[in-house]
Amino acid sequence: MNELKFDEAICAKCETYDCIMKCQYMDLDLERAKQEKWKLIKGEDSTILTDCVTCYACEEYCPYDNHPFYHIVEMQERLGAHPVPKPIEKSQVTAMGPKGKIDYGEVRQPVINLCYFPMMKGSIRGKLFKDVSIILGSDIFCNLMFLHFARNSTVKERLPKIIDNIMTYYLKGSNIKEFICYHDECYGTYTSWAPAFGIDVPFKPIHLFEYLYNKLVELKSEIKPLNLKAAYQRPCSNRLCPETDHFVDDIFSLIGVERLKREYDRENALCCGGVFEAQQRFELTESNQEKNVADMKASGATHCIFNCPFCFFTLAERVSKNGMIPIMISDLCQQALGE
Amino acid sequence: MDNIFEKLAEIVGKEYVSNAKEELFIYSRDPGVQDPHTPDYVVLPNTTEEVKKIILLANKEKIPIVPMGGGLVLSGLTIPLKGGIVLDMKRMNRILEVNETSRYAVVEAGTSQGMLKTYLEKNYPKLKHSLPDAPPVATIAGNIAIHGSGHLSQSEGGFHSEMVTGLEVVLPTGEILSLGSCSTVPYWFSRAPLPDLVGLFLGWNGTTGVITKVGLKLFPKPALHDVLMFMTEDVDTVPDVMYRVTATSMAEDVTFMITPKPAMFEGFQETIISIAANSEEEMELKKKIIRKSLSSYIETREAGFLPIPPNMKAPILEVPQKNLSRFADVSKGGGFEYVGGIIPVEKLPEACRVGIDISQKNGITYSLGGRVIGRLHSVMFFFAYPFNRADKEDIDRARHALEDTNEAVLKMGGIPWKAEASGQRLILKQMDPATYEFMQRIKKTLDPSGIMNPGNWEAN
Repeated sequence: MNELKFDEAICAKCETYDCIMKCQYMDLDLERAKQEKWKLIKGEDSTILTDCVTCYACEEYCPYDNHPFYHIVEMQERLGAHPVPKPIEKSQVTAMGPKGKIDYGEVRQPVINLCYFPMMKGSIRGKLFKDVSIILGSDIFCNLMFLHFARNSTVKERLPKIIDNIMTYYLKGSNIKEFICYHDECYGTYTSWAPAFGIDVPFKPIHLFEYLYNKLVELKSEIKPLNLKAAYQRPCSNRLCPETDHFVDDIFSLIGVERLKREYDRENALCCGGVFEAQQRFELTESNQEKNVADMKASGATHCIFNCPFCFFTLAERVSKNGMIPIMISDLCQQALGE
Repeated sequence: MDNIFEKLAEIVGKEYVSNAKEELFIYSRDPGVQDPHTPDYVVLPNTTEEVKKIILLANKEKIPIVPMGGGLVLSGLTIPLKGGIVLDMKRMNRILEVNETSRYAVVEAGTSQGMLKTYLEKNYPKLKHSLPDAPPVATIAGNIAIHGSGHLSQSEGGFHSEMVTGLEVVLPTGEILSLGSCSTVPYWFSRAPLPDLVGLFLGWNGTTGVITKVGLKLFPKPALHDVLMFMTEDVDTVPDVMYRVTATSMAEDVTFMITPKPAMFEGFQETIISIAANSEEEMELKKKIIRKSLSSYIETREAGFLPIPPNMKAPILEVPQKNLSRFADVSKGGGFEYVGGIIPVEKLPEACRVGIDISQKNGITYSLGGRVIGRLHSVMFFFAYPFNRADKEDIDRARHALEDTNEAVLKMGGIPWKAEASGQRLILKQMDPATYEFMQRIKKTLDPSGIMNPGNWEAN
């Protein structure tokens, strides 16, 4: 039931092993990469299980969409690896689980799924989000964060109910078939993870970027270009939907923001480090954040733009201390509209 | 009695004495579960001389006197068990001296924790005192008198009573004494090297005299503060976690909590390690050393540091902690019992189990936790039980929980902290009779008329 669509024959034919060779956190030569990968495929212990920092990037690196990251998570779980200490893992499983307290209400289009970020509710305001219906909470939370905890099983167990909740409590009754995903993680869940595990998604997820872009086009006459130079912090979950990254360029172009070229953006983006901390990789957290923010600064950025609230919480203080203004992309768009 | 009122009014002024029913009502109780007892008078002196005159009057008329600071002790220590005069010290709230170089302050007994904190922040930003997790209106003198503890108790020398450099007290017979270096020289720097008489007034629940001034140690105030939270699932590991962390000498404060809410904490223990530093480099180094001390737990994945998001970190970094005050009202209705046990750290797992058992047995919610005192020389373990004051059954449940807790603490080898009169009797029952006898001799010597907070530290 809900087996991962992973084809080892694809790996067998692969000559580049980009999933490992491009990894920014493992340093293996091609031969060793093959060996370790095949240990994994054969269900044996591999250094990959412990060295994987769960940055999701290999999902993007694999040219065949063979889901190398989801496969790592499957094997981590099967072989009892715990990237995060067990009490923290258990505590998060409990804390983020559905509470059965769904706040039913009639919704109307456009609907935005705010995931499990109630603290971001205040961001859904102004012209960009006029008349938007917000849905959020533990009962519609995608749970994809448990990929960082080697727990595909938690997502498998909860997602069908989550999808059912969204349909039953919000979409069906209002005859709505789509919603905007505030967080890349939700969008990635429905466009990447769910199909990879054969879970049907009966609605159309719309990425926040796409919504923002279209809305800005609609409001183009009201845009006052910001004339900013910005660094963009690409989140791990955008690795599940790399096809949406161009919208960042498109949005920036509309609002007069330059996405500065820097070493750690786009395919080479670095994780914010928040997950590393949970995994108790403290030195890596520090060195990773240091080089990431130094790179932002060296690029000449005055602002650091986030789309993931978790990245924002993790990096905002360090970004500020380095003289840059941390800001969420939706807030930046609102600024361009004079709000 | 009117004659007494007039005499008290002569001493402090009419505005500062009352026998009005509505005011006596307020002074007849505290937020805990102890039964109210109405005083005959409430007096607010303004000077040590006024305190002396009130005591001489009380002595002459054989009227009980109950000294009171913030009135927040929760175990009835300022409830006048035998009536008489409640001596509310809040008007005596002047900060008399701060010696920046020798790092001490001299304050009047009614000075609140909040006042001293604010005063230091404004005038001596490089100094701080150890703050208890009590509302800011709690007084310095009240807290040292009950052997309180606070956010510097781990790093800077233990109970707040151990941070006292000297006292001015009015004896039950009216003499005004200076104790500590201030008895001999104009400086309040230390209790040593003189015979230490300060202890005669600490932990005695106001039965030996009235504290009117306190010399208190101040400490350097580093610019940066941060916090780590170490999460375990086996309560038996917590003493070892504390042992390792305190051994690093890198933490400013080490506390821990177990609580059923929010759900993410149920079934786990959180050791909260506060760190202070003067630079980012120092902070990182301290964190690194602390993390290293616990690395074997991390390697086995049996425990680890919980990442703390900014919205959660800010309240944890607050000094004093407001979370406990918020929890105090979780049942609504204004009742809160906060029982403490001073225990050896090895008894901490047992204290946790006992606390949960007692909560379940009495059908009440709980928040249990502790603070490391000194370098783990003891732990101030708290059992906090909120209740609804308007619900008699709820009060009874909290009272039973309190009584059960006192018994359990003693049984496990700890001593109930700031125990109410019945809890004191439990302690005395277990105390070496010779020690008890000596205590009574001291009390009798200092307070021959037995006017000071009668009902406290009495076996019968």
